[in-house]
Amino acid sequence: MATAVAEGSSAAQAPAPIQAFTVTLIIRRFDPEKDAEPYWQDFDVELYATDRVLDALHKIKWEQDGSLSFRRSCAHGVCGSDAMRINGRNRLACKTLIKDLDISKPIYVEAIKGLPLEKDLIVDMEPFFESYREIQPFLIASDKPEKERIQSAAQRERFDDTTKCILCAACTSSCPVFWTDGQYFGPAAIVNAHRFIFDSRDEGAQVRLDILNDKEGVWRCRTTFNCTEACPRGIQVTKAIAEVKNAIMRGSADIPVSDLAPTPQRA
Amino acid sequence: MERYAPTIKDLAPRDIVSRCMVQEVAEGRGAGPNKDYVLLDCTHLGAEVLETKLPDITEFARTYLGVDPVYEPVPVMPTAHYAMGGIPTNVKGEVLSDNDTIVPGLYAAGECACVSVHGSNRLGTNSLLDINVFGKRSGNNAVEYAKTAEFVPLPENPAAFVTGLVDQVRTASGTERIGALRKELQDEMDRNAQVFRTDESLAKVTETIHELRQRYQNISIQDKGHRYNTDLLEAIELGFLLDLAEVVVYSARNRKESRGGHQRDDYPKRDDETYMKHTMAYLTGDPHSADAADHISLGWKPVVITNYQPMERKY
Ligand code: SF4
Ligand code: FES
Repeated sequence: MATAVAEGSSAAQAPAPIQAFTVTLIIRRFDPEKDAEPYWQDFDVELYATDRVLDALHKIKWEQDGSLSFRRSCAHGVCGSDAMRINGRNRLACKTLIKDLDISKPIYVEAIKGLPLEKDLIVDMEPFFESYREIQPFLIASDKPEKERIQSAAQRERFDDTTKCILCAACTSSCPVFWTDGQYFGPAAIVNAHRFIFDSRDEGAQVRLDILNDKEGVWRCRTTFNCTEACPRGIQVTKAIAEVKNAIMRGSADIPVSDLAPTPQRA
Repeated sequence: MERYAPTIKDLAPRDIVSRCMVQEVAEGRGAGPNKDYVLLDCTHLGAEVLETKLPDITEFARTYLGVDPVYEPVPVMPTAHYAMGGIPTNVKGEVLSDNDTIVPGLYAAGECACVSVHGSNRLGTNSLLDINVFGKRSGNNAVEYAKTAEFVPLPENPAAFVTGLVDQVRTASGTERIGALRKELQDEMDRNAQVFRTDESLAKVTETIHELRQRYQNISIQDKGHRYNTDLLEAIELGFLLDLAEVVVYSARNRKESRGGHQRDDYPKRDDETYMKHTMAYLTGDPHSADAADHISLGWKPVVITNYQPMERKY
């Protein structure tokens, strides 16, 4: 995940008192019990360069306005709870550091698009998870082995990238096709189908390829790469979608021999 | 680490490593401008191992600290990570109301539960055992139970307790803020009930908790709504946190020995004779009474020894 590497090394610099900055956040608020329409609200917060946007939201919630609503859990980019639009880009609040934003201007924060707005920064994730469930995101295998199912490093490598998905919806909710057609499976569902389609231990590839060979399936993708840019896990989302498209055209998930180093066969 | 665990050094169990870190800092050998952390050097592992075997933690250091573990040591300090105790269950995931009475139809698994795979120490990846093995067992057993179970007779207005709690917190009109109280609780637990404990430090936390409980009576929240009210959720959770913190501290005070993650500076030795047993805690009175002894009663539960005989830990 080279994109996440910080520029230079701040920790190596000489000890100096840590400087705080006043940062303005402009947050799109909406409470369905009170508001007819969403509106923008400003907050000023004292922050350090190493703080995350999530820290800013916490400071607002805990010190200024307890009604500000957002989801979060792990606070370090593994649970997928806090995808939101920050300065117009889908990102995780817990992985967006203040030092990487231009704080001479206000930071705009709003809910991700394309899913029903629930309250402030919270959307209803149900349509997203519905697509996810449809691609059968679990191992499909007919046998019940006595021991673990053996897989070579090369076979594992085949789908390594897509195992990293944290289901944050940053990709799907940045996709212009998904915005206009909520029926489209969306990149996250395809990424998670990819994770099993190319897993040598799984036997359900054809089922999933058939599901995705639908008019709301992979062919909707117009390779705008928004998803790849949005993914906080650095997953090559567009590439994964292309691999699924290819597998559908080949009529099989079998990996071209050229892609694999000589490996032990499946037991 | 050779000074603390001469044979296994850096591979010492996490309770020992945590104490070493805190001790180094306490004795003035910490790193950084405030000498308040130690440095973890992984550079000898090389980029290949770090990138492929430890990708997440390597990335955390880069993202949040601006430190690249491939080339430089990473600042580290111990933190609370996992609750080893919890709702007592048996190996089927059934909740117990004492050492052996099953609460019919109630199951618990994962970090909230305590089936005791950890004992007094968290071993690496044991949380997966907690959730994968006992999560599956609880789920399966709950399904089996539900197939044949009769409905239990319900008291008049069974939801009254919960709706009462929710409404009380939602409409409270005091002056204390949840965020501030929680921060004080966290700081105090870190200061006085973390990796090193003494009767004195635990007495101090007990007082703080009592005081915070009083102040908790005077809270208010700003979100009065009924939908997705995370302000309300945090307020209710803080009430539970206060209960749990008090139980942890009260039990720790009662255990006058050191064992696994529980280190008493005033009783540094492990005492198998008296304390090789689990602590059970019961709420027996008004949780707001000043003296914890008036509302918590402690009991013991024997430890079942199977394949491994307990012995002194030498590293
Ligand atoms: S592919 Fe990336 S952006 Fe999409 S849900 Fe998974 S982690 Fe989030
Ligand atoms: S809070 Fe878990 S990913 Fe941000």
